Amino acid sequence: MKKKFKVLINNKWCKCCSLCIKFCPVKNLTMTEQGVKDSGKCIGCKLCERYCPDFAIEVQEIKK
Amino acid sequence: MQDYLTLLKLKKLPTTWCPGCGNGLVVKALAQAMHELKMNKHNTVIVSGIGCNGRSAGYFNLESIHTLHGRAIPVAEGIKTANPKLNVIVLSGDGDLLAIGGNHLLHASRRKTNITVICVNNRIYGMTGGQASPTTPLNAKTASTPFGNEFPEIDVQPVVLANNNLYARSTVYHFDHLKQVIKKALLDKEFSFVEVMSNCYQGYGKKAGYMHPYEIIMDFKKNYNMSRSHKKELKKNEIGFVKK
Ligand SMILES: Cc1ncc(C[n+]2csc(CCOP(=O)(O)OP(=O)(O)O)c2C)c(N)n1
Ligand code: SF4
Ligand code: SF4
Ligand code: SF4
Ligand SMILES: [Mg+2]
Repeated sequence: MKKKFKVLINNKWCKCCSLCIKFCPVKNLTMTEQGVKDSGKCIGCKLCERYCPDFAIEVQEIKK
Repeated sequence: MQDYLTLLKLKKLPTTWCPGCGNGLVVKALAQAMHELKMNKHNTVIVSGIGCNGRSAGYFNLESIHTLHGRAIPVAEGIKTANPKLNVIVLSGDGDLLAIGGNHLLHASRRKTNITVICVNNRIYGMTGGQASPTTPLNAKTASTPFGNEFPEIDVQPVVLANNNLYARSTVYHFDHLKQVIKKALLDKEFSFVEVMSNCYQGYGKKAGYMHPYEIIMDFKKNYNMSRSHKKELKKNEIGFVKK
């Protein structure tokens, strides 16, 4: 079965720089009034986690 | 929580840096490299000078010193001399290490003191409002060079290699490569120097015509290739490490 992932954003540290959004290859992340939003299409590449300069992202596999 | 975060003082976050600033990426790469090498507060000290980047040392969960502008290297040499068992890392900016602190680099390199210097080169004095530094490109418009920078940039590689020390170069785009060369430098037993090309959108990028920090980072991808030789000097557009 295909693996599923969730993107955890720490809003206390996020500065809304949008680097994660620009690096995401599947356009899973969007900027909203409440901060960065995960739309459930994540493929787990972790580019957003790597390039967030503020340690604010952790990508986790959803285990059933 | 990701393991390497134990190396940071989480209570001090978020950092004071602008959104998208490359300084955070270098802190992350160094923290991950240190974590993989089991370096921590029991065996490692970080020393910085003054500047935006100079604040990095204080975010690490270990003993650190935020020294006077330009004086990180002699303080680090003093620590290493007093307690040779410690891993001593200097983490600072291009202005701090190559302008006001340039003389110390010459002599630490000559003495081959066993410390690792990580120079975060964003090509500008970020903290003071974007004045030209010794690594600002020729003709670049900055707050202090409104008609374009008249002077060529300093090349630090030959200074480090002149005494057969380790010189490495990477960029914040090449994150895993950056981590690898930092590890290489941390394990080296003589003087080692890592030059990291980093992005300062606020102080440098805006005037240089970029629209977002992302564009500066992607320029590193476009402009730098990986070198495979460890014996030859890196070309201007190469990343890698050299130890003769
Ligand atoms: C003796 C002294 N001279 C000048 C300054 C002003 N000053 C503070 S930071 C800085 C330059 C920092 O540039 P860099 O090391 O590249 O750090 P960045 O802010 O770009 O990370 C200068 C000139 C100072 N603090 N002390
Ligand atoms: S990269 Fe990090 S700080 Fe920037 S918007 Fe994404 S989560 Fe926020
Ligand atoms: S892990 Fe990859 S696919 Fe998932 S949100 Fe981050 S960048 Fe996008
Ligand atoms: S001025 Fe430049 S170096 Fe300083 S925090 Fe802002 S982006 Fe980073
Ligand atoms: Mg600088």
